[in-house]
Amino acid sequence: MGRYIARRLLLTVPVLIGASFLIFALVYALPGDPIRALGGDRPLTPAVVAQLRDEFNLDDPLVVQYAKYVGDLLQGDLGTDFRGRAVSDTILQRLPVTVRLTVVAIAIETVIGIIAGVLAGVRRNGFLDNLVLVSSTLVVSVPILVLAFIAQFVLGLQFGWFPIAGINKGWYSYLLPGLVLASGSLAYVARLTRTSIAENLRADYVRTARAKGLPNRTVIVRHTLRNSLIPVITFIGADIGTLMGGAIVTETVFNLPGIGRAVFDSVQTQEGAVVVGIVTLMVFFFVFFNLVVDVLYAVLDPRIRYD
Amino acid sequence: MTEQQQADLRHDVVEAGTTTGLASPSVDVTSDRQNSLWSDAWGDLRRNPLFWIGAVFGLVFLLMALVPQLFARGADPRACDLSSSNQKPSAEHWFGFDQQGCDYLANVVYGARNSLIIGLLAVAVVLVLGVVVGAVAGFDGRWVDGLLSRVTDIFYALPLILGALVVLRSGVLGRGVVAVAVALAVFGWMTAMRLVRSQVIAVKSSDYVAAARAMGASNGRILVRHILPNAVAPVLVYTTITIGVLIAAEATLTFLGVGLQRPAISWGLQIEAGQSLLRTAPHLVLFPSIVLTLTVMAFIMMGDALRDALDPRQRA
Repeated sequence: MGRYIARRLLLTVPVLIGASFLIFALVYALPGDPIRALGGDRPLTPAVVAQLRDEFNLDDPLVVQYAKYVGDLLQGDLGTDFRGRAVSDTILQRLPVTVRLTVVAIAIETVIGIIAGVLAGVRRNGFLDNLVLVSSTLVVSVPILVLAFIAQFVLGLQFGWFPIAGINKGWYSYLLPGLVLASGSLAYVARLTRTSIAENLRADYVRTARAKGLPNRTVIVRHTLRNSLIPVITFIGADIGTLMGGAIVTETVFNLPGIGRAVFDSVQTQEGAVVVGIVTLMVFFFVFFNLVVDVLYAVLDPRIRYD
Repeated sequence: MTEQQQADLRHDVVEAGTTTGLASPSVDVTSDRQNSLWSDAWGDLRRNPLFWIGAVFGLVFLLMALVPQLFARGADPRACDLSSSNQKPSAEHWFGFDQQGCDYLANVVYGARNSLIIGLLAVAVVLVLGVVVGAVAGFDGRWVDGLLSRVTDIFYALPLILGALVVLRSGVLGRGVVAVAVALAVFGWMTAMRLVRSQVIAVKSSDYVAAARAMGASNGRILVRHILPNAVAPVLVYTTITIGVLIAAEATLTFLGVGLQRPAISWGLQIEAGQSLLRTAPHLVLFPSIVLTLTVMAFIMMGDALRDALDPRQRA
């Protein structure tokens, strides 16, 4: 197991470097001159421009700029934006919002998804089963953008149950965006649980449990569900990594100041250091949670051996 | 991820019947019922209402993209009259008017063309990238596979919208329909690559490939004639669903301000313009959203139905 984890960790290094270099190169290609834009109406003197360009290594070739960036990164320095604010400060300020949004979304998809999946899988082809199948197809088909507006308009404006933007109401303001963000995964979790349960209900050990005379509830919750949840848990684990990086639309529509919103704003204002810093962080989350899931997989299912 | 583990994952996913379920080479192409997969699948498909709903919607939107005049009820999307700005839907103008006083039905109808072109173009690029990279990686194995798989991992770790956003903003591709399609494809080909790669690895050591090699077939011929046909079914399912996903992604990018730009007519632009008027004129967001959703749904439904029909394990 230890060797496996070490190998996997080693394999994440090229992914992290490659992804951050890719984004770095693209940010490098962003049009316009960020330093000139900084001056606004009053043009900066050539001396100031030259000093700033030097400070941010803007005159170096791409590869040299990147090497300097990684060098700083390894010392824990993510650089500063053009206004002199440390990128790490921006991240620390924005990250809690995204984390809360992810926590809410994961909670929603886990609870509702698994319950719906169990109800559907226990009685295959029953009413609930068809309901879950049809509604999950519908939910998956609605683009997150559209879903966000439906939620804002119906639940926020018409019924007035939820705030439609901002984070002034504490955790409560995360419910609506969390629901929107979770919707796709929610449908997937429900389907995954459903098929997994239906499959396992045909297994021998379930028949044994029934033959022992255990009540239906115990057979399903204690015997079937526990085994059926292995693929579900691994999906949810990997989904944490995806949601941490995929919330640009949700954060923009609901005006949540998280890292997705920050990276979107920074692309617009060409704050290269912020974009690269946050994207690298997102990629790290993605890779990290996938690694956790792979290890978890072996823990949950003793049939799997890595060595 | 180790091979063993990938195999386990694949096995489990197939067990749970969640992805295409076609990753396992259980299609018996050596038997005399050579076309049975496809004829059986068609038999299944014909009886699936999901497929027909998807197909009918898909055809309607295709027609809408080709000849929008048929659906616009005689209105010109560019003929606008400010005096009717933001008017609600009426018997005369089913979708009402937008802020500039243009007939909204005509605008929404004319938006289908860009969405479909981008969806189809992007998926074509995804297929080319996915099949070529996946086939080369899977067939060669060794260091080429290692290299291509790492490259795929790199792209896989970047969220689709984020990657396309930065590419489009950087302007290396320019702006417009082709640029948006290519940007989406560049950050969306990885699943196709993995599908093809796993399929190629699964069958390349089989007996009939060995037989073809013994008869002197070249690598290219073996790959194209004997190995790749196995990947057609899962790739077809994936492609159909992905068209829907990419159309939604285009609308999102355009909404975020990096996709298509005015004067192009696009659902993303309409939703973006209507966003600030959600309280006073909700129909401006409503109608393009409905049509966008139905288009995406058409492809996802067809893909779902295809998957059910093509999965031989479900036909026990």
